[in-house]
Amino acid sequence: MKTLTLSKLLASAAMCAVALSGAATAQPHPDAELIIEGELQLKVRSEPAAHMDGAVPEIYSGWLFRADETRALQMDDFENPAMLGVEDGEAMWNTAEGAAGQSCADCHGDAAESMKGVRAAMPKVNADGVLWSTEDYINNCRTERMEADALKWNSGPLNNMVAYISVQSRGMPVAVQIDGEAEPYWERGKEMYYTRYGQLELSCASCHEENYGMNIRADHLSQGQINGFPTYRLKQAKLISTHNRFRGCIRDTRAESFPMGSDEFRALELYVASRGLGLDVEGVAVRN
Amino acid sequence: MNSRFISAALATAMVVMGASASAEIKPADVVWEDEIAIPASLTGVPGDPAEGMKVLTSRSLGNCVACHENSAMPDVPFQGNVGPTFDGVGARWSEAELRGIVANAKNTFPGSVMPVFYNDDPADYIRPGNAYTAKAYDPETFSTLLTAQQIEDVVAYLTTLTEY
Ligand code: HEC
Ligand code: HEC
Ligand code: HEC
Repeated sequence: MKTLTLSKLLASAAMCAVALSGAATAQPHPDAELIIEGELQLKVRSEPAAHMDGAVPEIYSGWLFRADETRALQMDDFENPAMLGVEDGEAMWNTAEGAAGQSCADCHGDAAESMKGVRAAMPKVNADGVLWSTEDYINNCRTERMEADALKWNSGPLNNMVAYISVQSRGMPVAVQIDGEAEPYWERGKEMYYTRYGQLELSCASCHEENYGMNIRADHLSQGQINGFPTYRLKQAKLISTHNRFRGCIRDTRAESFPMGSDEFRALELYVASRGLGLDVEGVAVRN
Repeated sequence: MNSRFISAALATAMVVMGASASAEIKPADVVWEDEIAIPASLTGVPGDPAEGMKVLTSRSLGNCVACHENSAMPDVPFQGNVGPTFDGVGARWSEAELRGIVANAKNTFPGSVMPVFYNDDPADYIRPGNAYTAKAYDPETFSTLLTAQQIEDVVAYLTTLTEY
């Protein structure tokens, strides 16, 4: 009886192998290159960082898993709908707000210089030893320095400002720090990445590590990288933040999600960002 | 005549419902064989393959085709390939084994990404939610992903898939 069961398991394992090889066409695009405006080439494939410890043979930008038309949108700044958000972010940068009567530019000057590389290192530990996302740094300047209200997490204005800051790191390699003060946060995020949440008992790894390249219903699974965030989602017709994407993915496991802007999502953001070490910041991506 | 027929039909329906309610085996009471198979029907009511097809393809029910291809349903778009194809599944596994896989695939395939469709105990999950609302589960409504009869229907359909 046991051997019979075993042989059936082997037979079904063989069927799995068939399913896997049959899906070869669904793998990341083999040779597409992401070149913005015919000038700036972004790294969309890389050897995994050492901490990945062989979990995947190669890392890929989500861009490589999208359809030809979607990929094309991101190569042309006039076609890329995320660039409208970037423009709004730039206008906000130069506009005084709050009781102190100051704009971001009053203190930070030209974002192309002062914000260069900032997004590539996010999220990062602040002077008080607390892990903050780009959103937290922006809101801290608003409330503490400009005496303006904090912007709501994943709101249009906040996503636009993150998009504007991200563009200043476009083409720079992801550069998050994962050791030293960042390590406990990183460990926490890693643990979350492998936790099988919800009634469907699926972890981030179930879909984005074990099954990238496969199709889950109509969706072509990528590695769930965040080097392109904030991202313009065609399905939602707007820019969405990293935490919004996390929230949606956890919800889809029939789980109680975490709130956007929670400590849990900051830690997860750091860990997921570190899985993209080797890729370039896309600032700002288009996905479906 | 007509009304008598209807009341007779209603009476029969009530008998059937009563019978199935009392015969339905709760998730905690399921009897397993060799840890992977469930020989006895969960309801005592024969499964309906046509209903089983609906469960297989409906997003709000089993949504099995999200992960499995089935060439017997060429009209169903967007069949996924996270799991093996259903082609020949009725020849590979017995009815009891199929019932076991659909009820709790993790017994047959330890660590599988395939969800457990017949477990109503929220304590077995990490942060169980209230369906797809992203909110915490409601103890009043938390239930199995499929009902006992839906599992019987799916199993009845899968046993017909004997062709590779
Ligand atoms: C009154 C001056 C002032 C204003 C106005 C101001 N900031 Fe800042 N901001 C600072 C200072 C000071 C720091 C900390 C500098 C440092 O640590 O490098 C900072 C830090 C930051 C950082 C983190 C940079 C890093 O590398 O860690 C970001 C992002 C930022 N500000 C964005 C903004 C945005 C967006 C606005 C407008 C909404 C804004 N700031 C308005 C003074 C200001
Ligand atoms: C049931 C499968 C599933 C699970 C579990 C899941 N995701 Fe996703 N995720 C998807 C699908 C489908 C998409 C859209 C297609 C794609 O990019 O993979 C997606 C997209 C993403 C993206 C956007 C990628 C891009 O290039 O824009 C990120 C980031 C992401 N997921 C992170 C996560 C994280 C973090 C977790 C764990 C908390 C997680 N996902 C769990 C299915 C899943
Ligand atoms: C999230 C993806 C997923 C969903 C949804 C899913 N399955 Fe599966 N299923 C799998 C995987 C993966 C396997 C292969 C076993 C393994 O290695 O985990 C499998 C294996 C099976 C097998 C054994 C196949 C064989 O030939 O050996 C059957 C039968 C099966 N599933 C039925 C179903 C039914 C019925 C449903 C819907 C009620 C369903 N599955 C939903 C992923 C899924």
